[in-house]
Amino acid sequence: MNRQSNIYTIIYAIVLVVVVGVVLSVVYQALRPTQLENIANDTKKQILASARLAPEKGESISALFDQHIINSYIVNNLGEQTDENINPFDVNMALEVKKPADKRMLPVFECQTDAGLKYIVPVYGAGLWGPIWGYIAFDNNGDTIYGAYFAHQGETPGLGAEIEKPAFQSQFDGKNIFSQDGQFTSVAVVKVGKEPTDRAWVHAVSGGTITSQGVQKMLFDSLEPYTAFFNNLKNGQSGPTQLNGVSNNPQDFTGSDDTGKGLEPQQL
Amino acid sequence: MKISKSWLPFVNPLSQDNPVIVQVLGICSALAVTAKLEPAVVMTISVTAVLALANVIISLMRNTIPNSIRIIVQLVVVAALVVIVDQVLKAWNYEVSKALSVFIGLIITNCIIMGRLEAFAMSNRPWPAFLDGIGNALGYGIILIIVAFFRELFGSGTIFGYQVIPQWWYDAGYQNNGMMILPPMALITVACIIWVHRARNKDLQEK
Amino acid sequence: MENLNLFIRSIFVDNMIFAYFLGMCSFLAVSKNVKTSFGLGIAVCFVLIIALPVTWCINQYILVPGALSWLGERYAETDLSFLGLIMFISVIAALVQIVEMVIEKYSPSLYASLGIFLPLIAVNCAILGAVLFMQQRDFPNPWTATVYGAGSGVGWLLAITCLAAIRERLAYNKIPAPLRGIGITFIITGLMGIAFMSFLGIKI
Repeated sequence: MNRQSNIYTIIYAIVLVVVVGVVLSVVYQALRPTQLENIANDTKKQILASARLAPEKGESISALFDQHIINSYIVNNLGEQTDENINPFDVNMALEVKKPADKRMLPVFECQTDAGLKYIVPVYGAGLWGPIWGYIAFDNNGDTIYGAYFAHQGETPGLGAEIEKPAFQSQFDGKNIFSQDGQFTSVAVVKVGKEPTDRAWVHAVSGGTITSQGVQKMLFDSLEPYTAFFNNLKNGQSGPTQLNGVSNNPQDFTGSDDTGKGLEPQQL
Repeated sequence: MKISKSWLPFVNPLSQDNPVIVQVLGICSALAVTAKLEPAVVMTISVTAVLALANVIISLMRNTIPNSIRIIVQLVVVAALVVIVDQVLKAWNYEVSKALSVFIGLIITNCIIMGRLEAFAMSNRPWPAFLDGIGNALGYGIILIIVAFFRELFGSGTIFGYQVIPQWWYDAGYQNNGMMILPPMALITVACIIWVHRARNKDLQEK
Repeated sequence: MENLNLFIRSIFVDNMIFAYFLGMCSFLAVSKNVKTSFGLGIAVCFVLIIALPVTWCINQYILVPGALSWLGERYAETDLSFLGLIMFISVIAALVQIVEMVIEKYSPSLYASLGIFLPLIAVNCAILGAVLFMQQRDFPNPWTATVYGAGSGVGWLLAITCLAAIRERLAYNKIPAPLRGIGITFIITGLMGIAFMSFLGIKI
């Protein structure tokens, strides 16, 4: 058959496309379960990172997750546990943030660490180029941040992408998201020299202005619906579930947080 | 050292005919993934797999490909291989696949691959084509790894993520050079490699 | 306003060449004189402006999980995202072919000046790179994608024209022999990249 004829070319193209399509589908189907497991493990790792837990070399992330995350549930914006029949781990934050505050499912993970019980909540927002997200761990006074973890999809390397570095994230340790008279203020992300006096703040990443503003907005928008839940914690109701042996004595928290101590004066 | 002629497609691209610093191909992905050593090594392995396989496949198909859709057929074969590499990487090493993100996809347009397919695989038998693929990918990888080594060492003070610059250097006032992490220094590092390479191989110097 | 900001940023800050090294191969090979560089730059712009909205639609209505729901309930769960790369590269290759034919038909003079560079654009990483970034950044509508394509294209055009202008002047300078040609071009591109970094943080 003539190799340059149109019919040959068309048949050749069709055969090629079919073969390639079949091969790719087979590979995709075969590897899909492992990929999903990897993605789940990655999420677990991010959740644990906010509570300053990282797997030792060779340690399985799922095992560490099951060991530390002792409870997880979904609350609504009144701080009540909902009976939604869905695993908090599977809540798609990208979809939740688009809903009005009173319709949102708000996942909470209770994490038992050496420094006491921590409450981890997810945050989700937009950076310069795409979504940014993270997990924030709170002390059980529902006010002080124990640790923060942020990740991004496509921020500029060396600039906006710095939000995933410990240098930026560790600034959040020990910050309070409520002012002294109990108003929800979140944490401001500001440039050097523009520090507010009425709320907790951290320094923005240099050169990543829009990403930093995105972090500030993400924190406010994602944490605000939890206000009622945090107030319950603060008033000693331990969130929606009753947990015994959790002390509400504030002295327990100051002692639990080494790196937070040095940052205390900033919180005035 | 005498090298038998059949191994030339493998040996030449390592230095004399290096795809990056002599043929100036595949710069795009070469520079973007070299801020750290680990992604550079993974990129080398991925490119080696894709280039060797694509060379063999195209070489086997070379007598059947209609001339008018030649480029598209090559692209489709390469794209299919890249998708497979991408999927395998997502399953085996999710961390690195996140770090490489879009640059895995960009292997498709890596000029080395299209260049070697067009220049070598279309007119040679599978075995030399295979050697040519491995040789060029390794020649590419050598440059990648040298650049990544210097950028990670001076930029972060680490090698493969392990701290190598001792703490007392920092105490004495040494600082990591943040500039090395940023894109422009990758270009200048490659320029230095070209300088050294051409100073030793005078026949490669341009007029 | 958002779009203008995106346009300016993709020209100067997230420049395809200086921030991501995309399209380096033809950038280095062609930038020997200003005229051809400018021609190639225009062609790249042209293809980017057409390719981005087209691939945006393909991504949104065929590839992303659940994108096929317009076909009916049965397809709502289908996830074809693994076919992304192969679809995009085929679309780009086909587009380049079509653009080439259209230019040949309606503007033979432009075709004559671009002629040899047009087919090469299909394997220009800047195009596929822009498409992949578009997919990653999840632009809300095709207009934003078009603006991003235009910005990236103009940024690429600017970079290659500037480099070509510098290289033309360079011919009169004494350069150490091993650096002549490609070596010094790398260094210049690096220095230009550092210069472009001064645009960081601009916002409109």
